[in-house]
Amino acid sequence: MVNNTDKKSFITPDASVKLSIPEIEESASKHLAPFKASAEHQAALGFPDRLIDNWKDVAIEKLGELSGKYRGLRVYLDSCVNCGACTDKCHYFLGTGDPKNMPVARQNLMRKVYRRYYTFAGRTVPWLVGAEDLTEEVLDDWYTYFNQCSQCRRCSVYCPYGIDTAEVSMAAREIMDTIGVGQKYSNEVIGKVHKLGNNLGLPGPALANTLEGLEEDVLEETGVAVKFPLDQKDADILLVTPSADFFAEPHVDGLIGYAKVLHQAGISWTFSSTASEAANFGLFIGSYDNMQQIASRIKDAALELNVKRIVFGECGHAWRVAYNYLNTLAGPFDFLDPKYPMPQHIVEVTYDLIQQGRLHLDASANDDKRVTFHDSCNIARASGMAGIKGGQLSVPRDVLKTVCNHFYDMRSNTIGEATFCCGGGGGLLTDDLLELRVKGALPRMQALQELHDKHNITHMAAMCAICKSQFAKVLPYYGFEMDQIISVHQLVGDALVMQR
Amino acid sequence: MNTLEVNGQQIPTDEEGYLANLEDWTRDVAEAMAANEDCSLTESHWEVISFLREYYQEYEIAPAVRILTKAIGKKLGKDKGNSKYLYELYPNGPAKQACKYAGLPKPTGCV
Repeated sequence: MVNNTDKKSFITPDASVKLSIPEIEESASKHLAPFKASAEHQAALGFPDRLIDNWKDVAIEKLGELSGKYRGLRVYLDSCVNCGACTDKCHYFLGTGDPKNMPVARQNLMRKVYRRYYTFAGRTVPWLVGAEDLTEEVLDDWYTYFNQCSQCRRCSVYCPYGIDTAEVSMAAREIMDTIGVGQKYSNEVIGKVHKLGNNLGLPGPALANTLEGLEEDVLEETGVAVKFPLDQKDADILLVTPSADFFAEPHVDGLIGYAKVLHQAGISWTFSSTASEAANFGLFIGSYDNMQQIASRIKDAALELNVKRIVFGECGHAWRVAYNYLNTLAGPFDFLDPKYPMPQHIVEVTYDLIQQGRLHLDASANDDKRVTFHDSCNIARASGMAGIKGGQLSVPRDVLKTVCNHFYDMRSNTIGEATFCCGGGGGLLTDDLLELRVKGALPRMQALQELHDKHNITHMAAMCAICKSQFAKVLPYYGFEMDQIISVHQLVGDALVMQR
Repeated sequence: MNTLEVNGQQIPTDEEGYLANLEDWTRDVAEAMAANEDCSLTESHWEVISFLREYYQEYEIAPAVRILTKAIGKKLGKDKGNSKYLYELYPNGPAKQACKYAGLPKPTGCV
């Protein structure tokens, strides 16, 4: 056990021991509720700006509406048989030991209310069927524990019925927003996307200045005039990437990698100053309206810039939304070139170019690194790539193995479809949840530590802005360096032999 | 309402200590914030704070980490133009901790 010096002190778990089921500790993470959204943040999204007077009635009605409208949610609420298969699958349970972080217990917070008001048995003999009234205490638990779910869906892989806790937590957050109880981090970010086009709140002129700076840097480093075009009409590709790629490290090194690849392949492309964000936090709060509004910016930008293709940068849940829902939310996209998948992921573009022999790559440029890959939950469990079965798992690995001579995978029950969340997904990447984030990273840190002990791993690559920021923050808690997390496209860019 | 006490006055902040009104910023505000976090501001800290404030005035957002490191490298020497140096100054992250002391809003999103 390591004591860290953070002001709100907590004990960082030990990652050098094997993954095991923790001792149960009631209410171990009850104190970890994120800041609530302010009146201003709520109003900007069209939600009530404080807890409304008749909140109970409205919440119950909303629960009925959602379980009627979303058949999946209803099946999930109806079909659990308490088999227990999910209990030790959540990284937040494994890291905190709080039994309410067992997926079934988290679902039950909603299920007991659903039973009370929407099932015959729950209405008549609630004490026999685990049905409970919606009370202030229950609402507090909802706020705390539905904001301790990163919607990573690992539990659903192990559930014999496929019950998806992410859907339950999304519905819970939507119900809470409807009665005026929002989460600050997600709702503030969504407000910024509506106002300025991206999560950061980066205005157009600042984006232009940032991209100019990157052009200078790459020219200085490589001697090649790689462009980072903005709002360039008639470009072939509109590249939509998380705004963290413009701002943070190691994200920006991945962004430079995308630009190098597209430059080398001679493909014309552009960013958009209005769709300057791939992320869609509307998913995290379960709000179809917000999700649709955010997705529509991308279509509007594609039409305005008259592009032929839309490509997404390294962002986990953005790829989930794009891959599964973009067409439903904002389609049709029949104005794009049908020869290419819509949407396409930047790693698919790179993969295709490698297959076609259009990139000259020298993996020895990364010989100083011994690399592993963290599968981001939304990519691994909720998407596909390159039309290959399991392509979302194999395509990034194939690319990494092409650009790195020393690649190793972590233990099989911690990667691929079984991957562990970084600990900061689903709208939880906020400093007020730092303790939860550190503890939730435990299973991934254990797998990394184990591989490191065997192969002296220097870097873990990822394709998600949240994962990258989360690991940069939590790696030092576990004795690693913050710069051991790296963008997949940084490794690609570094191995790319630039020719013009 | 959260506040920060500066020279006997209560200045409103958000839950994490970022200024609620950016115009409330003075050098004393920065000193008080730093003192609360057991950090004493040196000339090097002030170089970062001044650059953040200049950049914010022009672009209404904090600069990207890379822009900041480049600017500091130009001012203080190439050996200091990297994020390692900035993290030594601001262990909670230059983007967040230095923005706070500079009176700017906290960077949001996946950062």
